[in-house]
Amino acid sequence: MKLLVWLIPLFPALGALINGLLGRRVTRERAHLIAVGSVGLSLLLALVVIIRTIFNPSEPIHAKLYTWVFAGEFSADMALLVDPLSAIMLFVVCGVGFLVHVYSIGYMHGDEGYPRFFTYLNLFMMSMLILVLADNYLLMFVGWEGVGLCSYLLIGFWYDRQSASDAGKKAFLVNRIGDAGFMLAIFLIFWTTHSLNYETVFHYVHEHPISTGLATAITLLLFVGAMGKSAQVPLYVWLPDAMEGPTPVSALIHAATMVTAGVYMVVRSQALFVLAPATMTVVALVGAFTAIFAASIGLVQNDIKRVLAYSTVSQLGYMFLACGVGAFASGLFHVMTHAFFKGLLFLGAGSVIHAMHEEQDMRHMGGLHKHIPGTYRTMLWATIAIAGIPPLAGFWSKDEILTSAIKGGGLNYLWWVMGMCAAFMTSFYMFRLLFMTFYGQERFDTDHVHPHESPPSMLSPLKILAVLSIIGGFMVGIPPENGLFHRFLAHAFAAHGGAHHAFHWWPDFFLMIVSTLVALAGFVTAYYLYLSNPQARQGWVDRIRSALGVLWNAVRNTSAPEAFYTERTDRLATKYAFAHQTLLNKYYVDEFYYAYVVRPIMWLMDKLWGFDGAIVDGIVNGVGKFTRLYSNWSGLVDRIVVDGSVNGVGVLVRGGSQMFRLVQTGIVQNYLLVMALGVFVFATIYLIF
Amino acid sequence: MIPLPFYLTFGALLFIIGVIGVLTRRNVVIVLMSIELILNAVNLTLISFSHYLQDLRGQVFTLFIIAVAASEAAVGLALVIALYRGKTTFNLDEVNLLKW
Repeated sequence: MKLLVWLIPLFPALGALINGLLGRRVTRERAHLIAVGSVGLSLLLALVVIIRTIFNPSEPIHAKLYTWVFAGEFSADMALLVDPLSAIMLFVVCGVGFLVHVYSIGYMHGDEGYPRFFTYLNLFMMSMLILVLADNYLLMFVGWEGVGLCSYLLIGFWYDRQSASDAGKKAFLVNRIGDAGFMLAIFLIFWTTHSLNYETVFHYVHEHPISTGLATAITLLLFVGAMGKSAQVPLYVWLPDAMEGPTPVSALIHAATMVTAGVYMVVRSQALFVLAPATMTVVALVGAFTAIFAASIGLVQNDIKRVLAYSTVSQLGYMFLACGVGAFASGLFHVMTHAFFKGLLFLGAGSVIHAMHEEQDMRHMGGLHKHIPGTYRTMLWATIAIAGIPPLAGFWSKDEILTSAIKGGGLNYLWWVMGMCAAFMTSFYMFRLLFMTFYGQERFDTDHVHPHESPPSMLSPLKILAVLSIIGGFMVGIPPENGLFHRFLAHAFAAHGGAHHAFHWWPDFFLMIVSTLVALAGFVTAYYLYLSNPQARQGWVDRIRSALGVLWNAVRNTSAPEAFYTERTDRLATKYAFAHQTLLNKYYVDEFYYAYVVRPIMWLMDKLWGFDGAIVDGIVNGVGKFTRLYSNWSGLVDRIVVDGSVNGVGVLVRGGSQMFRLVQTGIVQNYLLVMALGVFVFATIYLIF
Repeated sequence: MIPLPFYLTFGALLFIIGVIGVLTRRNVVIVLMSIELILNAVNLTLISFSHYLQDLRGQVFTLFIIAVAASEAAVGLALVIALYRGKTTFNLDEVNLLKW
């Protein structure tokens, strides 16, 4: 069983290796055989492991390979852990991952970087599996960084597009801020508990109560990491830009799996989070604010993928809201259902874009339900699911989160109100997306663009995900608050507890009705603004009745409205021009960051560069200049004094010899004369003295 | 018996004649001959003193000088021949390769 667990991330790793090394020469157009095959094998093994965990949830599988780092007091194992929590993530990652791989066969067909795409995708699968299966924070961090890298690589997959490579860089840089927080949290955890192994850490904090301040510091830093990875305010800005990547990537990485890593990490560390009430409030606040903030931006966006991106940010906010009010299991439940319907929505959007020949602007779509009925049907279910209309998946998880919020009392009522607003907006913008894309008349050049249905390799993942979106919540969410999902997950938290709420008819059933009504209200608003004829005079009751009729007919697959109006929205946009512009420009957050973060950093960089140029280079150049001056001077001394004395001696000798050589007349008699005179002189001197 | 000063004076004169010959004549052969004159002047003086002092060492010295002079004459004449072969001249003024 241990080996089996290790094989799960190993297969995609091998796939990445094979496609990475042989992709350009050998596998090429057949790269998907390796990639999909490896992930398929992983999925099979994962299912075995998951089923084993379902039947034996209280005994997690520990698969220790060896001690990875061992230095003094510190040690970290190369070990995987499968408990109910990681089993659920394993199911989501392998399941959605496999479907996205299958989908990519059709979507990426004919792309120049086909093998490269599958290499990155497999690499991502491996990193993500390590992230969710790791049994200590260090190994989790390895996966955490791995998925960040793959996200960067895949966002910038079409690297010859400036916007894509910029978006990749942005994602990477924003994530670094979060990663720094996560790393500090890991240091602090080790400093406090002398271990990074989950069970040891949680056991330690259970046995030795740590101070609230310390717990707050650790959890806040962990949450900073989660904010970066899971795109929460204020670090969410990278996710909408990440839509520059291929659509399967958006579905897998930026909707279903990687962005939920932050939620997984918070849920995993719940034993720490429950010790820090202040952090919990911060998590709930950030989550609720992100949910409502991103949803409001999604209201007016026209790019189909951007709407979905803001929707993802908003839904991630929901998950953190759940964690913040102590309903960790509900947060994870939403991770799972969200993976199904948001993955489906992205893949459906990819199918639409594919059909429309790379057109992403919804204003140039319309009437597509006739052309691509398969995509339309599946996306319809996903839309109903995310809008929160029972009994589809999104309803159960979202309702649980909101119910948990209201049960928390106190400040949590505020989160409930914010969550409700966000739910209304979610329902509205999702139906708006559906109406703009599929309903009404074609708003594109029908002579030149002929939308065509996607191949079966793309449609079948859509259908499977649609089924999961429909039954995914119902199957495991009943009864609400304490369904199969929660009972299964409770084994992972059993030792340290967590907020548990039992289902009661009051107020739970009432809240369910309220959230259903809110979701329907979002739909009716979208219907009123886009589908109902502005000229027709109708009472409110009739309007609502006809709106529900449209929904009912759509579900029964009998008809879709041919009418589509924009008069009402145009009127709203002109009437509230300022609000509309603010939303359309995403609250100018990017501009704000540019002005107050990027530019100051650039300014600082400029100054530092100037400092470097003036002072550091100045010192270096000064030293150089001084050396040159000194050597000049030294050379001068050398030339004048040393060479001077040497040459001087030479000159002196030459001058002397110039004079004395005249003695050498060459006439022998002269020499003899001198000699004779000398002898004479000496003899005379001798004789005299 | 001729007194010593006569011999000495004669030797000195002979020496001076030799020196003048060496210093003034251009012909190499004559210069060599003048050197012989100088040597013989010295020989005469040595013998005179030897006889006057009754000491034979002066005469032994003279015999050595005569032997050396003979070899010197041989070497000198050989040099003169070599010089003539090289420069076709006996004139000392024209042999000035060592001039400054």
